[in-house]
Amino acid sequence: MHKEFLMGNEAIALGALAAGVNLVAGYPGTPSTEVLETIAKRNPGNVYVEWSINEKAGMEVAAGAAYAGARTLVTMKQVGLNVASDPLMSLEYIGVKGGMVVLVADDPGPISSQTEQDTRTFGMFSKVPVFDPCSVSDAYEMIQEAFEVSEQYGTPVIFRATTRVDHGYEALEVKDENEYKKNQPEGFVKDSSRWVIFPRLSVKNHALIEKRNAELSDTFSEYKRNVILKENTSGKKGIATHGANYGYVLDSCKDQSMRVLRVATPFPFPEKLALEFLEGLDEVLCVEELDPVIERALTYVCGKYGLFVKIRGKKTGDMPLSGENTLEIVEKAIGKFMGADSDVCHGEDACSKDMADKNQLPEPPALPVRPPVLCAGCPHRASFYAVKMAMKGQKTIYCGDIGCYTLGNAQPLDMCDTCLCMGAGIGIAQGVFHTEPDTKCFAFVGDSTFFASGITGTINAFYNQADLTLVILDNSTTAMTGHQPHPGTGRTVMGQAVEKVSMEKVLRAIGLETVETVDPLDYKLSVETVKRVAAELGVKAIIFRSPCIALTKPSGRSKVDTEKCIACGKCIRELGCPALVLGEDGKKAKIDTSLCTGCTLCEQICPVGAIAGGTKNDTAKEGAKNE
Amino acid sequence: MSKNIILCGVGGQGTILASRLIASAAMKKNLPIKTAETIGMAQRGGSVFSHLRIGEDASTPLIAKGTADLIIGFEPGETVRQLPFLKKGGAVVVSSRPVMPVSAMIGKSTYDASAMIDYLKQNVEHLTIVDADLAAQELRSSKTLNVVLLGAALRSGELGLDEPEIIESMKERVPEKFWELNLQSLSWSK
Repeated sequence: MHKEFLMGNEAIALGALAAGVNLVAGYPGTPSTEVLETIAKRNPGNVYVEWSINEKAGMEVAAGAAYAGARTLVTMKQVGLNVASDPLMSLEYIGVKGGMVVLVADDPGPISSQTEQDTRTFGMFSKVPVFDPCSVSDAYEMIQEAFEVSEQYGTPVIFRATTRVDHGYEALEVKDENEYKKNQPEGFVKDSSRWVIFPRLSVKNHALIEKRNAELSDTFSEYKRNVILKENTSGKKGIATHGANYGYVLDSCKDQSMRVLRVATPFPFPEKLALEFLEGLDEVLCVEELDPVIERALTYVCGKYGLFVKIRGKKTGDMPLSGENTLEIVEKAIGKFMGADSDVCHGEDACSKDMADKNQLPEPPALPVRPPVLCAGCPHRASFYAVKMAMKGQKTIYCGDIGCYTLGNAQPLDMCDTCLCMGAGIGIAQGVFHTEPDTKCFAFVGDSTFFASGITGTINAFYNQADLTLVILDNSTTAMTGHQPHPGTGRTVMGQAVEKVSMEKVLRAIGLETVETVDPLDYKLSVETVKRVAAELGVKAIIFRSPCIALTKPSGRSKVDTEKCIACGKCIRELGCPALVLGEDGKKAKIDTSLCTGCTLCEQICPVGAIAGGTKNDTAKEGAKNE
Repeated sequence: MSKNIILCGVGGQGTILASRLIASAAMKKNLPIKTAETIGMAQRGGSVFSHLRIGEDASTPLIAKGTADLIIGFEPGETVRQLPFLKKGGAVVVSSRPVMPVSAMIGKSTYDASAMIDYLKQNVEHLTIVDADLAAQELRSSKTLNVVLLGAALRSGELGLDEPEIIESMKERVPEKFWELNLQSLSWSK
């Protein structure tokens, strides 16, 4: 054992390695990405790791390996599980031989997601057992136990953490490489009565799954991470909680003798343990994030056993129904629940008195508003601006997608009219076209997103005779999640150089006749290309190819010649580049050289040619030419 | 010893490296440490923060309002945003240089950074203002603002750590050719 300071996701990865994982697949998505990256970085050499093209592919790869007896891990964020839900729903009926853990990172808030869905609920729906860690060190141990349970019961299990665990850090003891479990997969053993899903098998296995989950509920009642604190307290009130909220509860009730139930396995729910917890209590407050999973389970247990215990939480208005919980929210809810007379916890009065002692602040001046924006010099800005200028005055819709380029919605670009989920923009554009054929429909999609889920939509558009312009914003990386490789990059997470999948060839193979690749940093050419291509009928594509600014170093920054600048403000007003600021006089433009990447877009649109000096190095130019 | 420390700023300012340096310095003293950071979409020019809790009694890495011993602010407005977390009598180290949001540049919002500094002066007794422009000029680099602020935080006495541990941690994480610049940056506010 040795001590390391680890991010939750790193701890989960090291825990999986310690459990002898043989194969890891996944698709990047905040807050899950670092798990697979850490596996790749800390690979003892015998683990197969891949960034799959999407979560469904990853789930299937992991399932196949688990059929052959490998211990496998598949990683994704909560909305990724929607993509992978088809294989997972059926896989639960088939089961696995090697331990298989489905790591899903939930995003209460949401901080970087489309939805606030709760994977604990997905576990119930799919009948897959769920583990819910409460801290970094808890997650490290728990993932090893999850592999054991999966293998013992022959079922995939979900390991569901939330942002505060995934992206929290702790110093903790972890195993050395020589302490890792060694798992030698037996190999796939043919048995069509086991591995081929037919209705007859499903009927039989459904019954077995229900029986097993009832057994697991008992097993989980004994599981050391499902705990009751202060079981012998004489108080009549208790708190039931889970995940990161467990820490908030402990922190809020330090000097408190209240009974606390921590549910580490929300499904199958540890019913016997819950009965012990409820024994002698009058009221329970469920401190949960996202869905009221424990609240519903406890309400059910009370009904089933005829217990007279009030179960409070989200459904009773005692906890917020949505959003991420904070220490303040939890402290306040517990204070209210315990009543102002309580001196053990921070009762509401005590709490407000505390606050008065802490720090009374007057109302501050208006705080800066900082929605996330495209980086200075981002090639997506140039692509959006070119399309905007080319289509000026025409009836258009700009369907966006998931990735950095969703930020094209911000002012002043305002180039994202819709955004739903990965790859959806292409389908949405078709729906709008079939309803309003006089609209020029554009679908913007990133390179990684195109490979993940853009190809089927494009085939659908071509086959079903839509009229739209597909704009692929190819920055040669999966930028938003921290630069993961994808099929178009020519490398894998294992470090292999592989043949690139050519978007141009894919599009032409589908049947598109117009597929144009252009460097978006060439403003004039970009505008001309958009005008020409958008005027054609049918499905056509423009690939704007220029690498992410994080992948290239600027060699020369742009500079404003204050003699020439006429203070018209066009560059600042129309581009919204963070490197373009007002100079000391408050009128003329100035370039923040610490941010400028030398993309030269502002130079190209300045009406008087007052900006010059920006240069991109050669690798950037090569990026645009590599087809 | 237990300390609650908040680092805040704008995505891309180097708060994460500063937070790692503090954490690894705490580990060198064998102190338990938990931290939480903003990662993801907010890093693209949004408000970012790190919470650091050093010492035995933290069940969660998050810091409750009114309980931070120290706020290290990389940007005036972001520091004001986090001020409700400061305990009474806590210390604030703040960079004087504002980062203008794009929304303010294009006239969709307003931001008066000097009002933020005034507000801090009025409401924080234990306040250290670091002249980031002067530091960048004298150090001939604007890349080590995080280490300049860390130096000022050390001297505030509220970091609970000592200079040798911070230096040792810096040397482990920063390439050797940048050691000299970082050492100068660390002692710049002396």
